[in-house]
Amino acid sequence: MNYLRLIRVFFRVNIAGELAYRINFIFSFFESVVGLGFTLAGLAIIFSYTDSLNGWRPAEILALVGVYSLIGGVIRVAILPGMEQLTQSVRDGTFDFTLTKPEDAQLIVSISRIGVWKIVDIFLGIVILIIALVQLGGSIGGLQAVEFLAMLLTGSVIVYSFFLILATLAFWLVRVENVLTIFLSVYHAGRWPLSLYPGWLRYGLIFIIPVAFATTIPVEALTSRLNWVTLVAAFTAAVVLFSLSRAFWKFGLKHYSGASA
Amino acid sequence: MKDLVQLYLQQFKTTFTSMFQYRAALLIWMIGQVLEPLVYLIVWSTVSNGNGGSVGNYTTGAFVSYFVVLMLVNQFTYTWLMFDYEWRIREGIFSFALLKPVHPIHSDIADNLMTKAIQLPVLTVIAVILAFTFHPTLSLTPWVILLFIPALLLAFGVRFLLEWTLAQAAFWTTRVGSINQLYFFMLLLFSGQIAPLSLLPHSIQIAAKILPLYWTVGFPTELLLGKLTLSTVLTGIGIQIVWLIIALFLVRVIWRLGTRAYSAVGQ
Repeated sequence: MNYLRLIRVFFRVNIAGELAYRINFIFSFFESVVGLGFTLAGLAIIFSYTDSLNGWRPAEILALVGVYSLIGGVIRVAILPGMEQLTQSVRDGTFDFTLTKPEDAQLIVSISRIGVWKIVDIFLGIVILIIALVQLGGSIGGLQAVEFLAMLLTGSVIVYSFFLILATLAFWLVRVENVLTIFLSVYHAGRWPLSLYPGWLRYGLIFIIPVAFATTIPVEALTSRLNWVTLVAAFTAAVVLFSLSRAFWKFGLKHYSGASA
Repeated sequence: MKDLVQLYLQQFKTTFTSMFQYRAALLIWMIGQVLEPLVYLIVWSTVSNGNGGSVGNYTTGAFVSYFVVLMLVNQFTYTWLMFDYEWRIREGIFSFALLKPVHPIHSDIADNLMTKAIQLPVLTVIAVILAFTFHPTLSLTPWVILLFIPALLLAFGVRFLLEWTLAQAAFWTTRVGSINQLYFFMLLLFSGQIAPLSLLPHSIQIAAKILPLYWTVGFPTELLLGKLTLSTVLTGIGIQIVWLIIALFLVRVIWRLGTRAYSAVGQ
């Protein structure tokens, strides 16, 4: 319960800090709406020439776009800001202060920074998802809904662990803020079904940069395309990667010796 | 003149060394740059195969060559000026550039040329690999290649000068992120990066031909693919020249107004 209280406090601090720049909300909203608008225009063009893309109907691709925006929002709100803050504080030495806090350092790093205005992306993602769900109508049962939510959670954990491993490299390499961009630079490949891609690209998006877990696999669960093997594998991957990133973080922490006076 | 040559040479050196300083960033950026057209290549190939091998006047093989050529043309003409100026002016670094006795566009041009001299060979290798993986259809005729070269150079000139002009918006507002975002997505649609222009709705095609964006990416690409008639190509090159003149004029005007509006931010 202590953790929840901490999250609430940090969230309040971040909101209070950002409220000084309220106009940022309008700009952020504008940017998200423009991005989404052009994405939907692209989809409309493609689906004016076909009824389905490799068996995926327009409403199913729309659900994928919704999840893409939703998870993209989660990354920019809850994951990336903390990791960027970590790499910066390791470089300029202020990470020392984080270590003096009585709470677990990984927890503080993960929750101390929030990209408040990007909550817009989460909101828009949910709106798109609801529209897609209405279009898909009765074809979604309770089981798919549960699997979908479970895979969303699994995907978020995998993405978080992936970012943590990259950010932990800062303890050795110091300048890693550029490396952190790798996930988002290939993320747009997650806006399309994984089955479209040739084998090497599919494996790359599963095993090297785990974009597939974030977007495609949850939507496959929603549209009853997911078999139990993948479901269990994704769940296992999340547990393994999370423990691995935690172990790597602790190992990295031992290497930290403070950067400046 | 001699000083200017020296400035270019020095900027070449600086860009060269700084690019090798950030090797990882370069690699990651390139992955993103290749993946974007590759994804659309795969999506349109899928649509085409589902339709019995073609969509409109594009066969599956033509889609492959369209997006591979598009990747190279886009790479040749793109700039990062808008993001650079936003950062330079917000951080106040730009004040130093104003102290120098030469127009800052010179170091921007040199920086752009050197960056591409390093990136283009790598991207050409990737393009060849993609060509072998996805089997494009492409038949080049000598007159197409002959006209492609001036069209590509003009496309670079127009895009560089127009984006340089847009980048100066940072003089008036230090928050140009939204303008950049809007421009980026317009470029994606109107320059033919989502789909070849002939597959877009009629109204968007007209808008694309009125705006300069199509002439900086889509036009040279379609030209090399042999999708355009000789008279269309010559008209297109004429339009590019008109845009180049307009852009040159804009650069001068905006620069004069912008430096007057600039008040240093930062230190």
